[in-house]
Amino acid sequence: MDDRRTGVLFALMATLLLAACEDIAVAPHEANEASITRGKAATQRLGCGACHAIPDIWPQGTTGPALTNFADRGLIAGKLPNRPGELAAYLLDPPATVPGTAMPKIPMTQQDAADIAAFLHHSDAR
Amino acid sequence: MPAETDLKAVLGGWPPAVLDPAGPYSEPVTLLSWALLIGGAVVLAIVLAALGVALWGAPSLRKRLGGDKAIWIGGVAFPVVVLTVLLVWGLWLTGDLAAKAPRPGEMRVRVTGEMWWWRVSYLDKAGRPVMQDANELHVPIGETVLLELDSADVIHSFWVPRLAGKMDMIPGRRNLLRIQADQPGTYGGQCAEYCGGPHALMGFAVVAHTPESFKRWRAGRLAPRPAPPPSRGQELFLTSGCAACHTIAGTEARGLAGPDLTHVGSRRTLGAGILPNNRGTLAGWIADSQTLKPGNRMPNYKQFTAEELNALADYLAGLK
Ligand code: HEC
Ligand code: HEC
Ligand SMILES: [Cu+2]
Repeated sequence: MDDRRTGVLFALMATLLLAACEDIAVAPHEANEASITRGKAATQRLGCGACHAIPDIWPQGTTGPALTNFADRGLIAGKLPNRPGELAAYLLDPPATVPGTAMPKIPMTQQDAADIAAFLHHSDAR
Repeated sequence: MPAETDLKAVLGGWPPAVLDPAGPYSEPVTLLSWALLIGGAVVLAIVLAALGVALWGAPSLRKRLGGDKAIWIGGVAFPVVVLTVLLVWGLWLTGDLAAKAPRPGEMRVRVTGEMWWWRVSYLDKAGRPVMQDANELHVPIGETVLLELDSADVIHSFWVPRLAGKMDMIPGRRNLLRIQADQPGTYGGQCAEYCGGPHALMGFAVVAHTPESFKRWRAGRLAPRPAPPPSRGQELFLTSGCAACHTIAGTEARGLAGPDLTHVGSRRTLGAGILPNNRGTLAGWIADSQTLKPGNRMPNYKQFTAEELNALADYLAGLK
């Protein structure tokens, strides 16, 4: 029973966090080349390739799912709608937004998260 | 900062710039390289000009070009003089890049090439090991550091282009190389002798500190440290076989087949210069190092749950 209660608590926290994250500035992706370029650099700099196959990023790890054609993905981690704000929030703190997700929290700034979201949603990322 | 430089900064300056010397032991190499390149270009231009004359020149010029004098001067005297001068100058310039013996009081470090990473052992004045590390070398600026280079398996070559020339690491031999950095910063290196599969993924970083910051770093490393508090990550590390290959000072992990992990959390990179170091890449490396660095001598660990993997990564990231 305890499990269920923590589950509810987590869901509540996640909702709150998501609400708080609405503020993350994510410009319409296709419009913001600079953000996409920065996002690609941040993806490289943070070593996301250690677990994911991402177009144009080395290496191409297999621990996490491939992130090709990510703009076409339905749900982030099978839980969140795949929209810019939700994606940035997930990247910034995966376990807080999707409790139980296998993706670890990797230290990054809000700007990094928003830029990476722009990069992953960019149509060339396939 | 441009994006590429940014990545370079996290990877300890890897890949390294080759023609950008940052100390007295790489300046002569760079100077010689430029002299050879420019000299070679000048000679090529002269030869092509002569070829042009031979093919299309006025008959009088062609005659002169084929004469005894031209052959003796251009074909014999010129190469003999130029090559002799180059040889003498080159030897004079680079003669003391390979060290012969430690100078009194000089900092000494043994770096051993391993397939496909670097074992780093800081020595005291008498040449006895005092601290262990891997894939990264810390030095003070403005001071020579003597590297004792050897190999545990096949021939590797130690190359930090901004600080010194290449020096082979040969099993059963100890080659001495001096390096010196003039400015604080990180300087990337790369194995420069093909040593099997992931040879291209065998990078290195030299971190040069100001004298004060180096003193602090060294004192921090030498200070006896309390054993890390028991944690889930530590327990997993000790019970999953990692300890057979890795050492973490203060624990039962005393394996020697892989890099010393006592300070792995403070390294610039993972996997010998190839990945940035954070809890994500640590977890990714543990689960899947064979995809990231195919053929390296650490097995994949696909048996861990995400929770276990993250606990291990947190434990290792905390080992500063
Ligand atoms: C330790 C390995 C690891 C690292 C490093 C890592 N991830 Fe993940 N990531 C995962 C795993 C595992 C999942 C699947 C999580 C789930 O479904 O609950 C995931 C999921 C994701 C998802 C959602 C994918 C989907 O199909 O729903 C995105 C987006 C993502 N990661 C981006 C990143 C970015 C950007 C980085 C670098 C900052 C990164 N990841 C670093 C392991 C990792
Ligand atoms: C069979 C021996 C062996 C075992 C067992 C082993 N490793 Fe390794 N490990 C290595 C070798 C060899 C390397 C160096 C790989 C390279 O860079 O080529 C390495 C590298 C690493 C690195 C990167 C270090 C650095 O500075 O780049 C980490 C972290 C690591 N191992 C953690 C672990 C953990 C955690 C386990 C247990 C789950 C483990 N290892 C089990 C041999 C082993
Ligand atoms: Cu090599």
